[in-house]
Amino acid sequence: MTKQDDGAAGTPSKEARDRIAQQFIEALPHARALGMTMVRLADGEAEIAMEWNADFVGDPHTGVIHGGVISALMDTCSGAAVLSHPTAPRSTATIDLRIDYMRGATPGQRITATAQCYHVTRSVAFVRAQAMDEDRENPVATATGAFTLER
Amino acid sequence: MADRNEPLQQIKLRRDSALAALVEGVPYIRWMGIRFDRRGDELTALMPYDHKLIGNPLLPAIHGGAIAAFLEITGIVELAWTAMWEDMEAGRIAPDASIPGTIPRLPKTIDFTVDYLRSGLPRDAYARARVVRSGRRYASVQVEAWQDNRAKLFAQATAHFLMPQG
Repeated sequence: MTKQDDGAAGTPSKEARDRIAQQFIEALPHARALGMTMVRLADGEAEIAMEWNADFVGDPHTGVIHGGVISALMDTCSGAAVLSHPTAPRSTATIDLRIDYMRGATPGQRITATAQCYHVTRSVAFVRAQAMDEDRENPVATATGAFTLER
Repeated sequence: MADRNEPLQQIKLRRDSALAALVEGVPYIRWMGIRFDRRGDELTALMPYDHKLIGNPLLPAIHGGAIAAFLEITGIVELAWTAMWEDMEAGRIAPDASIPGTIPRLPKTIDFTVDYLRSGLPRDAYARARVVRSGRRYASVQVEAWQDNRAKLFAQATAHFLMPQG
């Protein structure tokens, strides 16, 4: 379970909340180790990118990035989307995540994930995410997940 | 083929080098620091604690993405290992990390569902996978992961894979 607490007290402004969430996600050791950068974060939607890296190859025959890297990218992006939801959750953790792998990401290309928090209840957030390489028309993978909401 | 009189050291060397070929050829497994422990044909994956696996520095807790990756790696290696076991034991193949072209092609993940049951503690983690069904084209695999107590899973996964063809 990944917890992502924005550490903010009270109800800060939307801009302050987004800035805090962005700084926090970029400070996650695992996200930083994978070289993730936040592209966009607002109102329950997030976009995170990372560069192709030879260390992350999962299939030595083809140079395709390991599915686990794509999972980590989409999990991080989904958690960020939840934290940026207008209902201002204090923190979140993944309950479950299902990933469908459509194709291998083209070696050498930057990978971008987008996530939309499409429904929230008092205690659960439902999220959809997709990952793309530089061919934005054909996703590499899609994911759906349920996340806890701590209010 | 089971040669009762085959020297024990030869058996162990064959199995250990075949397993090493599967694991050491994958850069991402090395980067994650994941290793495999073998008892006969039973594999246990080990992910030693490392600060770079942390997702929440405040708790601290292992990143959900790192946990998913650990389970997926465990599933793929178990499936590839199970699939090549008979050919390896019969001497038809001899995977060797230092000889290009001898490493079997790996199954491709079709889908992967992970349940997070407990927060991942900043400690070593272990996982075992079970090939529930393996056909010519598709396979279904379950994975369980734990930390301090074998009975208290911190994550589990179900995955489907496309088997390498030809």
